[in-house]
Amino acid sequence: MTDPVIEAHGLVKRYGAVTAVDGIDLVIQRGEIFGLLGPNGAGKTTVILMLLGLTETTAGTVRVVGLDPTRKPLAVKRRVGYMPDAVGFYDNMTARENLRYTAKLAGIPRPEIEARMSVAFERVGLGAVADRRVSTFSRGMRQRLGLAEIWLKRAEIAILDEPTSGLDPQATTELLDMIRSLKADGVAVLLSSHLLERVQSVCDRVALFNRGRVALIGTVSELATTVFGGDTMIQVEAEGDAVPGVLERVAGVRRVTVEGSGTFRLFCTRDVRAEIAAALVAGGARLLRLNLLELSLEEVYARYFEEHRDAA
Amino acid sequence: MRREGSPWTGLGAVFLKEFADHLSSARMRVLEVLMVVIGVGTMYTAIADIKTLTTSDPFLFLRIFTGARESTLSFLPLLSFVIPVIALGLGFDAVNSEFNRRTMSRVLSQPVYRDAVLLGKFLGGLATLAVSLTVLWLLLFGLGLIRLGVPPSGEEVARAFAFLLVALAYAGFWLAAAILFSVIFRSAATSALCTLGLWLLLTVLWPRVVEFVVDAMSPNDVARVLGIVTVEQVQWQLALSRFSPNVLFYQAVLPLLEPSTRTLGLGMFMPPEPGVVPGAPLSFLQSVLVAWPEITALIAAVIALFAVTYVVFQRQEIRA
Repeated sequence: MTDPVIEAHGLVKRYGAVTAVDGIDLVIQRGEIFGLLGPNGAGKTTVILMLLGLTETTAGTVRVVGLDPTRKPLAVKRRVGYMPDAVGFYDNMTARENLRYTAKLAGIPRPEIEARMSVAFERVGLGAVADRRVSTFSRGMRQRLGLAEIWLKRAEIAILDEPTSGLDPQATTELLDMIRSLKADGVAVLLSSHLLERVQSVCDRVALFNRGRVALIGTVSELATTVFGGDTMIQVEAEGDAVPGVLERVAGVRRVTVEGSGTFRLFCTRDVRAEIAAALVAGGARLLRLNLLELSLEEVYARYFEEHRDAA
Repeated sequence: MRREGSPWTGLGAVFLKEFADHLSSARMRVLEVLMVVIGVGTMYTAIADIKTLTTSDPFLFLRIFTGARESTLSFLPLLSFVIPVIALGLGFDAVNSEFNRRTMSRVLSQPVYRDAVLLGKFLGGLATLAVSLTVLWLLLFGLGLIRLGVPPSGEEVARAFAFLLVALAYAGFWLAAAILFSVIFRSAATSALCTLGLWLLLTVLWPRVVEFVVDAMSPNDVARVLGIVTVEQVQWQLALSRFSPNVLFYQAVLPLLEPSTRTLGLGMFMPPEPGVVPGAPLSFLQSVLVAWPEITALIAAVIALFAVTYVVFQRQEIRA
């Protein structure tokens, strides 16, 4: 199980007086999908560039497939595929010509290039448009062409910076399916995103970035437990003057917050929906809605930055 | 900290792509038309001049390049004007266009060093210029053969070929300058303007500046009014004016195309040494020797500019 492909310890990056990345530790295993989350400017892209050796580290150590990316950048980049944020291609060339250029740069043996290219095009579903100019491609097609490069290189690690930004829901779903199939091929995927709901569905583990530090790291449910302290969240919509008072008196409810007019959020030690319903009806309130909240990444994220607003 | 792996990895791929891009671009079409127009146009003025010559000239063929008379339409002044324009046109968006198309980080995430990307771009541009200049050169030779009906001697071909190489070095200077600005400025328009500015400064303004400085060195007002210059002033004028690559280019090709040129320094204004027949031609190798300091300076300037570009590019953030 423990076969780390990326290890970073105490990673620091300073631009003059500004500290972009302030002591980050990350370990990413082979065949897992790892999400880097955080607001813009939290240092996600800087971390990615340091992992690739495209930016020098100020302090700390990085090992990618066991190699130091600043000392052996060629060996590292040969085994890592990278898709930058808003990936660009040479618009006047066809998709096939673009990919062929990448293949030559990547040092793929000449006789293998064409065969590997057609495999890559098939994997991302661009086989039919491979000979069209990239200038005619939609944003989703460009992102898929970016993924095709990773298959072309047969990379062991795929680093995707904001792979789903600016895509429509359909294209996002397709792209996430492709990312899953990368994982199925045994590729470790590191992706950064702010589309939390989507990331949740595909990531095995996530790291929440804040001001150049990893604020939280783990699976989504681990993060939820950390942020919400293991509380069960229940949402109540009810009419009546006594509602807040009634809700607070129910055994098992630790805290009540007002979300909107007549809508409340309850932090409970366990699922006490039946007790709440009974108490409200007995208290003469009109119960309109009662549901258990799934702890989504979106909630964790919002909650975390609500608590650390002064810090963020 | 040492990095491992060859800096040349991927150089061939970058070079071939850049070369192919240049050759298939619209700029190249313009370049082709320009070359033909220059070739044919200067050829006819040169031939018309040559026909008025009455004395026999052992290097008649080289007159195509220099023109028998001083004329703005003759080949050399036109070429010294056109080469920078073409080189600027090929280089001004070499690096910043990769950033603007957001392809730079993708290219650099492949197993290549930045060295290969920069050098590949420079060599791709230089190869394009070499093709254009060689085409022009061959065009002049072909037209010359047809119109003059006199085949060039072996020495004339050698001199003309050396001229071609010097012209390429001159083109390399402006290409390196254009690429430097394309590394410094992310906007292609700013880069183009700055390169044009540098070109104007060095070719148009610099001679005026030199004139001004030399004039200020005049020992007294009488000498200034009468236009009498001291030896010191002439030396300064020569030294300062050579900061312009334009002047360097002229001085480097003059001994090659005018075999009677014996010196480019102060000696130009001196009576010939005893035993020297004025106007007698030097051998080819002797002419190369006369031009050698200028040729070296031109090539050194190209290398220096490229080195500066390299350092600036290595220090750049690739966040794009």
